[in-house]
Amino acid sequence: MTALPPTTAKKLGLVIDLDICVGCHACVINCKEWNTSNYGAPLSDQDAYGANPSGTFLNRIHTYEVKQDAKPAQIVHFPKSCLHCEDAPCVTVCPTGASYKRVEDGIVLVNESDCIGCGLCAWACPYGARELDAKEGVMKKCTLCVDRIYNENLPEIDREPACVRTCPANARHFGDFADPDSAVSRMSAERGGMRLMPEQGTKPVNRYLPPRPKADIQTSGDIDILAPFLEPVADTPKGLLGWLDKALEAL
Amino acid sequence: MNHQQPDLDTSPEVSDEIRKTTCYMCACRCGIDVHMKDGKVKYIEGNRDHPINKGVLCAKGSAGIMQHYSPARLQNPLKRVGERGAGKFEAISWDEAFEIAEKCLKPIREKAPHKLAFFTGRDQSQSLTSFWAQQFGTPNYAAHGGFCSVNMAAAGIYTMGGSFWEFGVPDWDRTKMFMIFGVAEDHDSNPIKMGLSKLKERGAKIVGVNPVRSGYNAIAGEWVGITPGTDGLFVLAMIHVLLKAGKVDLEYLMRYTNAPMLVNVDADSDEHGLLLRDVHGQFMVQDRITGKPVAFDKKGVKPVFTGTITYKGTKYTPVFELMTKKYLSDEYTPEAVAERCGISAKTIRRLAAELAHVAFEQEITIDQPWTDWKGEKHETMTGRPVSFHAMRGISAHSNGFQTCRAIHLLQILLGSVEVPGGMRFKPPYPKPVGIHPTPHSYATPGGPLNGPHLGFPTGPEDLALNASGTPIRIDKAFTWENPLSAHGMMHMVISNAHAGDPYKIDTLFMYMANMSWNSSMNSRGVMDMLTDKNEDGTYVIPNIIYSDAYSSEMVAFADLILPDTTYLERHDCISLLDRPISEADAICDSIRWPVVEPDRDVRGFQTVLIQLGAKLGLPGFVNEDGSEKYQDYADYIVNHERRPGVGPLAGFRGKDGTGKGRGEPNPEQINKYIENGGFWKDHIPDEALFYKPWNMAYQNWAVERGIFDKPSPYLFSIYVEPIQKFRLAAQGKGELQPPDHLREQLIMAMDPLPIWWAPFEEQGVDCDEYPLHALTQRPAAMYHSWGSQNAWLRQIHGTNPLFVSGEVWSKHRFKEGDWAYLTSHHGKIKVPVVRMDALNPHTVWTWNAIGKRKGAWALDKNAPEATKGFLLNHLIHELLPSKGDGLRWSNSDPITGQAAWYDLRVKIEKAPAEDGVSQPETPAQTSPVGQGPKDIAYGEEF
Amino acid sequence: MHPAASVIIFTSLSGLGFGLLAFLGLGLPNVSGWSAFAFFFIAFALSVGGLLASTFHLGNPQRALKAFSQWRTSWLSREGVVAVAALLVMGLYAALSIFLDIRITALGWLGSALSITTVYCTAMIYGQLKTVPRWNMGVTPILFLLYALAGGALLATQLRLALLLLVALTITQILTWIRGDISFATAGHSIETATGLGHLGKVRLLESPHSGENYLTREMVHIVGRKHALKLRIIATFCLGLIPIAMLAFFNLDHISALLVVILHIIGLFVARWLFFAEAEHVVGLYYDAR
Ligand SMILES: Nc1nc2c(c(=O)[nH]1)N[C@H]1C(S)=C(S)[C@@H](COP(=O)(O)OP(=O)(O)OC[C@H]3O[C@@H](n4cnc5c(=O)[nH]c(N)nc54)[C@H](O)[C@@H]3O)O[C@H]1N2
Ligand SMILES: Nc1nc2c(c(=O)[nH]1)N[C@H]1C(S)=C(S)[C@@H](COP(=O)(O)OP(=O)(O)OC[C@H]3O[C@@H](n4cnc5c(=O)[nH]c(N)nc54)[C@H](O)[C@@H]3O)O[C@H]1N2
Ligand code: SF4
Ligand code: SF4
Ligand code: SF4
Ligand code: SF4
Ligand code: SF4
Ligand SMILES: [Mo]
Repeated sequence: MTALPPTTAKKLGLVIDLDICVGCHACVINCKEWNTSNYGAPLSDQDAYGANPSGTFLNRIHTYEVKQDAKPAQIVHFPKSCLHCEDAPCVTVCPTGASYKRVEDGIVLVNESDCIGCGLCAWACPYGARELDAKEGVMKKCTLCVDRIYNENLPEIDREPACVRTCPANARHFGDFADPDSAVSRMSAERGGMRLMPEQGTKPVNRYLPPRPKADIQTSGDIDILAPFLEPVADTPKGLLGWLDKALEAL
Repeated sequence: MNHQQPDLDTSPEVSDEIRKTTCYMCACRCGIDVHMKDGKVKYIEGNRDHPINKGVLCAKGSAGIMQHYSPARLQNPLKRVGERGAGKFEAISWDEAFEIAEKCLKPIREKAPHKLAFFTGRDQSQSLTSFWAQQFGTPNYAAHGGFCSVNMAAAGIYTMGGSFWEFGVPDWDRTKMFMIFGVAEDHDSNPIKMGLSKLKERGAKIVGVNPVRSGYNAIAGEWVGITPGTDGLFVLAMIHVLLKAGKVDLEYLMRYTNAPMLVNVDADSDEHGLLLRDVHGQFMVQDRITGKPVAFDKKGVKPVFTGTITYKGTKYTPVFELMTKKYLSDEYTPEAVAERCGISAKTIRRLAAELAHVAFEQEITIDQPWTDWKGEKHETMTGRPVSFHAMRGISAHSNGFQTCRAIHLLQILLGSVEVPGGMRFKPPYPKPVGIHPTPHSYATPGGPLNGPHLGFPTGPEDLALNASGTPIRIDKAFTWENPLSAHGMMHMVISNAHAGDPYKIDTLFMYMANMSWNSSMNSRGVMDMLTDKNEDGTYVIPNIIYSDAYSSEMVAFADLILPDTTYLERHDCISLLDRPISEADAICDSIRWPVVEPDRDVRGFQTVLIQLGAKLGLPGFVNEDGSEKYQDYADYIVNHERRPGVGPLAGFRGKDGTGKGRGEPNPEQINKYIENGGFWKDHIPDEALFYKPWNMAYQNWAVERGIFDKPSPYLFSIYVEPIQKFRLAAQGKGELQPPDHLREQLIMAMDPLPIWWAPFEEQGVDCDEYPLHALTQRPAAMYHSWGSQNAWLRQIHGTNPLFVSGEVWSKHRFKEGDWAYLTSHHGKIKVPVVRMDALNPHTVWTWNAIGKRKGAWALDKNAPEATKGFLLNHLIHELLPSKGDGLRWSNSDPITGQAAWYDLRVKIEKAPAEDGVSQPETPAQTSPVGQGPKDIAYGEEF
Repeated sequence: MHPAASVIIFTSLSGLGFGLLAFLGLGLPNVSGWSAFAFFFIAFALSVGGLLASTFHLGNPQRALKAFSQWRTSWLSREGVVAVAALLVMGLYAALSIFLDIRITALGWLGSALSITTVYCTAMIYGQLKTVPRWNMGVTPILFLLYALAGGALLATQLRLALLLLVALTITQILTWIRGDISFATAGHSIETATGLGHLGKVRLLESPHSGENYLTREMVHIVGRKHALKLRIIATFCLGLIPIAMLAFFNLDHISALLVVILHIIGLFVARWLFFAEAEHVVGLYYDAR
């Protein structure tokens, strides 16, 4: 049944570091590449070489500009895939039981052979994490690479999501949030990991690490501390050359 | 509750086999694991062991499958049947293709080899293509560097024997402050991202200097939104402040640079500005104790940095004093440059202070003894952990060479090159100018050229000029107009060939460059030149042979097409003789090999070139009996020797495969590479890891590995003497004299110490009329023009709006969804606009090469790339606006000839949306491969 | 939200159909024989037709049966189950009354209750969605029920009742619009909460993840111009409410003019239902900075 399990043994998910994501889309395409030939139906593309191309992706990167008055604006690249919510509304709305949350690890999945493609789960998801595949008519979403993370045909080191493995900037981390000592839990605790749209009450497992403060926006004049480093050694070019001779002598 | 879940197979079979090769979705050349299933490519991921990418893979790399199966792939050799530019072709056999090429090229070689112009794009086989051109005997060969990054390459080589770009990297593991100038992606695409991430992890400071705050600049801890073309001023102002505060590494300067060398300061001397040498040709310094000039490398000598001495009746001053006087002048105070650069004086000072703080207060030391080339032993390796990187935001300006020199000068003054925490070279670099070849251009009909085409001139005697002073090369590289054009000037070939200036050519042979579209300035004009006819109805450029793998815009303009394979279908070698993939800690090279066989009638271009060479009987490609020497490229890779024991691949040499760098050819070499994951890597010994130009252990190791034939230590050139030689000539000294109209420019530009001048286009147009700078940036998920045929990538970047600063946006009352006319001195285009505040207020920009010609790349004629996408290239001209002196000045750096893409000035005005189509509209070309399928679902078969 | 024809037809027609069935189950109007047949035919045509229309919205309608399984958690599943129960009960009731002239009142009452519940379930499919604040209001099921009952009363020729229900409906609809207009803001969603970047300043989308459309933008990011919406609201108010109310209150209706009232009401219903979807803003639009 599509009821949510009361608790899950693990809470597997991702930490996404907004401070280092350069918006390269590597995770987007590797995710598509892995998933189009693995779990479930392929991620199809419509009008692929035409005037209005569009296709199914499980992970996408938005780019935001953030600005405070009278300060330089900053740019934040924002990756978004399923957040594997603890109180996943996408699961409970599903009329067929196709959507479910795994009791052992909390991964939210769609059992495609049960899915009628009604789209309701995508409507229920606040984050735009579900896309209906136009060719197969079934709902697609991030599987947290469930067919990689336990896959005994892969070397142990590769048993992590495709997007995590490929990210050149190491902006994506995978782990168990149920374990307070896991790397992801600690990282999230240290850096103030956020949950998106808390007001929706979905309790996302995935966390986002906020960008660190920027020196050009937080313009506290640290020039003063550093000013001694620029104290002229002499006032005239001639004086400077004189200083230099002395300095060289000392070498 | 009612929870229930299906059983799931979490261990599905991934693939039958993994084939390890090298990515070529861009020139970064990452290692890839290609997962094969039922003989098809199922999944591509990064190779964890590979020195470049260490397992990661970018968007393009992951989209390789879609490129490999692209509907735009050419299917067979093609012969043009319609008019040039129309795209009408007939499929022909390879036999016929070779026959046509041979018939065309044979008589040229016998009578006038210079009538062949052979130019190649961003391929990775320049050591083969240049060898071929040299054996053919034409002086007209170059690759694409002249329009790409020759300013960086040349400034780096002349200053310190190596450059940024692919040849040097920040010490990612140790640097504490990193400044990145004018980079959006660069060739080290994945390594830079990995490196930035490491810096963040360690809490190192990253400063992004860029008019646009996207990509790397978005994540930088500080963004310096500089006004385009002014980096030179900004850097020289920091140098001003640092010099004034005495915050320079004097010991480093004394040991490793020409700071103490004596410069002839006697304006009347014929050697004014040249360095004093002794009878052995060794540079001289003034000894602190005796006060006399002595050879700089004399044991125990302590040089003087200041003052003037008279030696044999001539006055000499050390480089350091000349430099200090120059940069201490008021024109370089932060206050003097702030407004021009769009950076406050306060910020300039603070950044200089931070550099000084990190360099001198946070010095790092590694416990590693080493011995320098004078035999002096050092117990430790000390480093100043600041490092810089720069690319085309510096390079693609008409002051780029000197600006890049200024950045190098700053690094050197801080003592942060080739030290722990600083910028490090990747073998085979560093290499001083002296061991690079000089340019060769002497052709004999029927015979090979007298040496390699490209190189680094050391004075006017190395220019490629006829006795009468006219250019020998069709691109006019190595002439007084741009003496140090070390990479040639591919961007001038078509317009010069069309103008018959300096002469007419017969055949234009090009490989892998979309020259009718995104790699030329003035794209419309270039298309006209390619299709222009003489009065008798023949084409002005008589024959065009072109090799491409896909149905690009350029294909439509060729008479004969030699269709290439995709990167998964061919042998390639990423050779140390060409562009390295090494790390700072290791020497590396790699291969590609056919992980799948082509399913079309196509052949690897290198193989075709080798076979064509044999048919033409080119030396080096035939045996003594005239039979072909190499069967194909794989054969060449293994068996060709450039010098005895040194060939395209450095690994697994010798009969037993143990040779490193040197050794006779090993027939098993390619298999060894395949077994080893497609690459070869050899660690530099620990004592040789830093101070490479001056480190005896490194020098000896480099000789062992075949990088040099003898140890070649050298000093960094704060003062670049070869440049002064050209200036001296312009001042009327010496036998070889420039034409009078170029004297003024040469005297201005050929300054042996870095200087700054306003970008030429800015000097030539009315800046009140054209108040804005217009730039392009590379999107991480697209490679130039060739990503648009990729069904996955084109969904990300199917259009490219013009990003406009908030200030400009408000001033012109733009609204979301608006269109604008963008006008330069050369043209006018219509484009969609988007607001961006994180942008230098005087700048507009767009993504590069998204705009497509209708009918190209197997896309629908109404593809968004063709209707909403646009090229800024329509606004950029290869010539500067007329100065009224009756002369035509090229839009390039006066030293290297580097195309000045980013000097572009524009004005903007609101345009009616009308049909919502960008302008100009170029009529459609016919696709020789039809249009791609409607819907696809890759992976269905597995 | 994308105002897909299939869902507009589904919710409008099935609402009317079950509304009519609810009255028929109560014996209003009290008919038999052929005229009973006609009433039941219309009711079933509307409700079944509406339900069938909803399957056009499905990617895999052949698996529609599976949708009955999750009645414990899913309003959509509940709607299916209750609708089928309502149709079966009312089918039996209708067959008995048309062909055997037997009227089992309890069965009728049960059918009516089920029909009303069906409409309630339909409403809750939308009303439950926190992601669409304009729908996620207590008034949504009331509105749907009023639509079904008012429309049903009209069709069932219960004109006095219809008049009252239409007045209630019109007032509720107008209040729903007004309340709906502030629902998004009231729920506290913003691009800042969506991205978590509010502490850094004002957030705005610079680049979309894709330069063209995708499923999300087609399905959930639909923007209607304000002026356009106002015009349609006025048209809807007149058609579904004001004109029918006036006609019912002030005129003695013959068959033709009664038909006219019904047609007007249905036009108004369609327009209002179109607006129900088109005006509904999904929070995912925040990520696209499209509201
Ligand atoms: N993904 C991807 N990677 C590529 C390529 C690609 O097409 N796609 N192309 C490859 C090739 S051929 C090359 S040459 C390299 C080039 O690599 P980059 O040098 O990264 O190339 P550009 O995109 O030209 O980026 C130039 C940057 O300089 C900035 N800029 C422009 N003018 C100025 C200036 O005056 N001062 C400063 N400080 N900044 C300025 C621009 O805003 C832009 O961010 O990338 C290579 N890598
Ligand atoms: N406005 C503006 N213009 C620019 C620049 C800019 O920054 N701004 N940058 C300039 C720079 S630095 C560069 S390097 C150029 C790049 O411009 P181009 O060199 O034109 O680059 P591409 O678009 O990659 O085109 C190369 C051609 O190679 C073909 N090709 C791809 N793979 C293969 C293969 O395996 N074999 C063969 N035979 N052909 C293949 C492609 O189909 C394409 O036609 O653009 C320049 N133009
Ligand atoms: S791969 Fe990493 S850096 Fe690139 S967009 Fe994805 S998360 Fe960001
Ligand atoms: S992110 Fe969306 S799809 Fe994923 S679990 Fe949460 S609600 Fe469901
Ligand atoms: S689309 Fe599929 S998974 Fe989603 S609610 Fe409908 S049946 Fe369930
Ligand atoms: S975890 Fe797997 S399915 Fe989810 S976004 Fe990453 S790659 Fe895609
Ligand atoms: S950076 Fe990307 S496209 Fe370039 S070689 Fe590496 S993986 Fe391939
Ligand atoms: Mo380039």
